[in-house]
Amino acid sequence: MDIPYTIEPRRDTGLYNAKVGIWLFLASEVMLFGALFSSYVLLRVGSNSWPHGLLNIPIGTFNTFVLITSSVTVVLAWANLKLHNFGRAKMYLALTILCALAFLGIKSKEYNDKFIHYSIRTTDGKEMTGHIEGDPHFLTLKKLRAKKVEAISFAADPEKDARGHETKEAKAEEKAHAGHHEFKPIKVSDLTYVSTYVPAHHTYFAIYFTLTGLHGLHVLGGALVMTYILLFSNKMWKTQPDRVTNRVEVAGLFWHFVDLVWIFLFPVLYLL
Amino acid sequence: MGDHSSPEHIKKTVRTYLIIGAALLVGTILTVWASYIDFGSVVWNITVALIIATVKSSLVAGFFMHLISERKTIYATLATTAFFFVALMALTLWSMHDFPSFSLVHY
Repeated sequence: MDIPYTIEPRRDTGLYNAKVGIWLFLASEVMLFGALFSSYVLLRVGSNSWPHGLLNIPIGTFNTFVLITSSVTVVLAWANLKLHNFGRAKMYLALTILCALAFLGIKSKEYNDKFIHYSIRTTDGKEMTGHIEGDPHFLTLKKLRAKKVEAISFAADPEKDARGHETKEAKAEEKAHAGHHEFKPIKVSDLTYVSTYVPAHHTYFAIYFTLTGLHGLHVLGGALVMTYILLFSNKMWKTQPDRVTNRVEVAGLFWHFVDLVWIFLFPVLYLL
Repeated sequence: MGDHSSPEHIKKTVRTYLIIGAALLVGTILTVWASYIDFGSVVWNITVALIIATVKSSLVAGFFMHLISERKTIYATLATTAFFFVALMALTLWSMHDFPSFSLVHY
């Protein structure tokens, strides 16, 4: 049985069915992300402290560029299908998928950086962030004690102001050490808290991983759909080119939405 | 896209897409730059960042998602969504008054 209205518009809506479908889906997505943004606001306002400057801004900015570029390439893929340049459209679709993979690769690297970045507290009440020598993942005080480790070698982060920007003194000191931080031993018996930047460490990371994780899943989903279209459209292009064009338009609408969500996520999580 | 799908029109819009793409990249730089400026309070910094993000997302929705020339069905769907989204955010802001007086409020 043929699926109706894959190409020709329905008289009542004036649209082919998939387009109505994707917009209804996107409407539900607005509410899904809206609920999470609302949670973010409530968590932030209700929190006793909100950290700043814990994410890598240059990497986040670059990833924003990658996602914007992919939004341009996917719309160019659609435009080329409209112009009947199938080969060129496939190239733009492939570029979009590459951008999606680059975004996910960079995001994974960012996640990994958080899983080796530590926050520690000592018995004298001092709180520090930094790295443990050898960059071990997910260490906790409980694990250190279980392994009977006597001391850790810790390099503290440069000092930051209240808004998360490095202080002038810290920048000068970093320059003097040519970017290398000094590792200093700290006895495990002097530690009261050890945690990497995992969701359990702070509400900020809980909402950060929830929002970016869900967004990342959307990027993955979009990339899978576009890969399917890229690989399995040759036959359909010969018989129903408009249907292929519409498929790319629908996938593109989803993709632009994913970009749109990131446009808000980036400043909210990285900059503010 | 409706009536605007002639090859001539598409060729013209390709140029528009590239300009919008460039504007979005500039907007991103602007967002990062603005975050390093102290506008007096965090509230103002958040306001500025959200204004830039809203402009950027309007460009994406308007041009890449073709919302500047769409069918009524889609506008009706989005108007409903916008209503519920605004209601959700309004409820969120309203609930701010419900925090216990002993809890600290930070921006």
